[in-house]
Amino acid sequence: MSKWPEATEERARAIIAQYPNRRSAVMPLLYLAMSEEGYLTEAGMARVAELVGITPAQVLSVASFYTMYKLEPVGRYLISCCTSISCMLLGSDDVLHALEEEVGVASGEVDSEGLIGLEHAECIGACGGAPAMQVNYELIEGINPEKARQLVEWLRKARPEVVNTDEMQSLFGGRPSFDWAITEDVGAVGPYPAYEPFGTVRSSTE
Amino acid sequence: MNAPLLVTKRMVEHPTDSHTLERYKATGGYAAAKRAVSMTRDELVEAVKSSGLLGRGGAAFSAGLKWSFLAPARPAYLVVNGDESEPGTFKDRQLLERDPHQLIEGVIITAIANEVHHAFIYIRGEYPKPARRVQQAVEEAYRQGYLGQGIFNTDFDLEVIVHLGAGAYICGEETALINSLEGLRGEPRLKPPYFPAAVGLYNKPTIVNNVETLSNLPHILNDGVDAFKALGHEADTGTFLFSVSGHVEKPGNYELPHGLTWRELIFDVAGGIPNGRKLKTWIPGGASAPWFVPPDHLDLPITKDDTAKAGSMLGSGAVVVMNDSTCVVRAAERVVRFFAHESCGQCTPCREGTSWLELILRRIESGQGREVDPDLLLDVSDNISVGLAWPPKMTTICPLGPSAVSPIISIIKYFKDEVMAHIHDGRCPLIA
Ligand SMILES: Cc1cc2nc3c(=O)[nH]c(=O)nc-3n(C[C@H](O)[C@H](O)[C@H](O)COP(=O)(O)O)c2cc1C
Ligand code: SF4
Ligand code: FES
Repeated sequence: MSKWPEATEERARAIIAQYPNRRSAVMPLLYLAMSEEGYLTEAGMARVAELVGITPAQVLSVASFYTMYKLEPVGRYLISCCTSISCMLLGSDDVLHALEEEVGVASGEVDSEGLIGLEHAECIGACGGAPAMQVNYELIEGINPEKARQLVEWLRKARPEVVNTDEMQSLFGGRPSFDWAITEDVGAVGPYPAYEPFGTVRSSTE
Repeated sequence: MNAPLLVTKRMVEHPTDSHTLERYKATGGYAAAKRAVSMTRDELVEAVKSSGLLGRGGAAFSAGLKWSFLAPARPAYLVVNGDESEPGTFKDRQLLERDPHQLIEGVIITAIANEVHHAFIYIRGEYPKPARRVQQAVEEAYRQGYLGQGIFNTDFDLEVIVHLGAGAYICGEETALINSLEGLRGEPRLKPPYFPAAVGLYNKPTIVNNVETLSNLPHILNDGVDAFKALGHEADTGTFLFSVSGHVEKPGNYELPHGLTWRELIFDVAGGIPNGRKLKTWIPGGASAPWFVPPDHLDLPITKDDTAKAGSMLGSGAVVVMNDSTCVVRAAERVVRFFAHESCGQCTPCREGTSWLELILRRIESGQGREVDPDLLLDVSDNISVGLAWPPKMTTICPLGPSAVSPIISIIKYFKDEVMAHIHDGRCPLIA
């Protein structure tokens, strides 16, 4: 199987070395595979299998268990709109409906350009700031249908290289679950978590 | 209410830098860990046991007692449960984001007490910002010599790994979490063994504790067991983080001692119901908990025992408040949908039953319900949770399946008329 670029291979080695058991690295390596191609391709999963010493079928069986491992492209910006109980009580279904209209797809689909994907999510741990949503897992709390539409418009126009939670919160958010207190100047570059050990964090001010 | 704070004190007093190492050290941080390295396992276990600290992840099991069960085989492991995914719960997110060193200090104390040299902090994948903060704090702690080889200049080694989940509520269940960490599907393990402390990660003795549970440890060591007990309410020692959401004026996380009443929590602390609406019902302890209603439950003291006696639980501390405009069929459908979505599929009653419950509720909500549907709901529920007892009799591998039954029992017990009105009128009676 073909290897990833050296920088990613290097990260993979560092991740594997941390765990007492190679197989435990399968989840972080699946994120590395996502960061290479935006979603999990057969080649990506085969490389994970090779690195941890299990079969591609075993990797697929793990990958398909978790909602954040995407087996198909989900767009450059993945919008996850929470519609669990606390968000539902405060109008999340109207937010999701507005998003469907504005993106022009049903929940679970990607727009024709491959730019924006939309999904409804179960509770994302922002219930005090309901209704809440995420773009590439970066959070916005206290959203409403109108702001949700504006957010989609902004993603289309500005096409931010880096999706920053504080920027989105200040432009489109409302009441948060708790005081965020300080801002960060980093964010996500694709539909997977922005996390240093995965090499997926970028500065948003450069 | 101006009760003394423990786990949220630093972030309240120093909002802009409570997450930094500098602030943590300047406010007494890592003193407890420094003391712990020269204490014995027995001393530490005894201190935590006598503090009365109960797990904050939902099951409210004594932390010290759990530690005392640790089997003698080595290596032993520590797993911190930061998978927080139960609808209504957002307290661990605040602790991870705003005071990560407090958790790391709790990890060090727990590792020493349980002779653990490898700890894992499992954070749900949808929490990248909390994960970034914790990862940075872990790196800082390594640089200070608080983690790594020979911590605090002793011969005790401690490696800490931050592990991200990938979107599966069931991985919050401790044996599913362990499978997930082993690189398997996050499916709960068959019991017995009942405790990972006997057989857990890599089939070795493993302590699993919640983020909030461990965040309390530095305070217990610093302030002493008696001070911790004095803060609380009888058997419920220390403080408790309530995540209040839904139809309240001031949603948020509130750190409070047990013993206040639901009326005080909902109306005084959280500011009551906005827009001139009335309180209709509330979920007292996360999506798995049977609901409470006014006036029956409003003046009950919030304690583990009083809540259990009234047929529910405090669980993860999530209080979801619903006003009188809420359609209870819809609310129940939303909670049941969650469990149907998150069922791992191993047990037939859970996999099939939760989906059926969701379908029947949706049918009733959309005005297509049949006269027999309430009985059907109870019948399906009975197959998942035999006898509809509280606490549930377990016929499934884990409690997720029976959790889906709580909203069903609640709406049929308290709101049968509203359910029947949907069926008889062919529409929701709340929509004028
Ligand atoms: C379906 C299910 C989901 C759970 N989710 C969580 C969770 O997200 N976080 C957590 O700390 N405990 C969760 N628990 C409880 C854990 O199994 C375990 O009891 C807990 O992590 C132990 O820590 P504690 O004793 O400090 O509370 C869950 C349990 C079940 C059955
Ligand atoms: S009860 Fe449900 S979630 Fe729990 S093990 Fe069985 S199928 Fe999986
Ligand atoms: S219910 Fe939407 S974030 Fe929890």
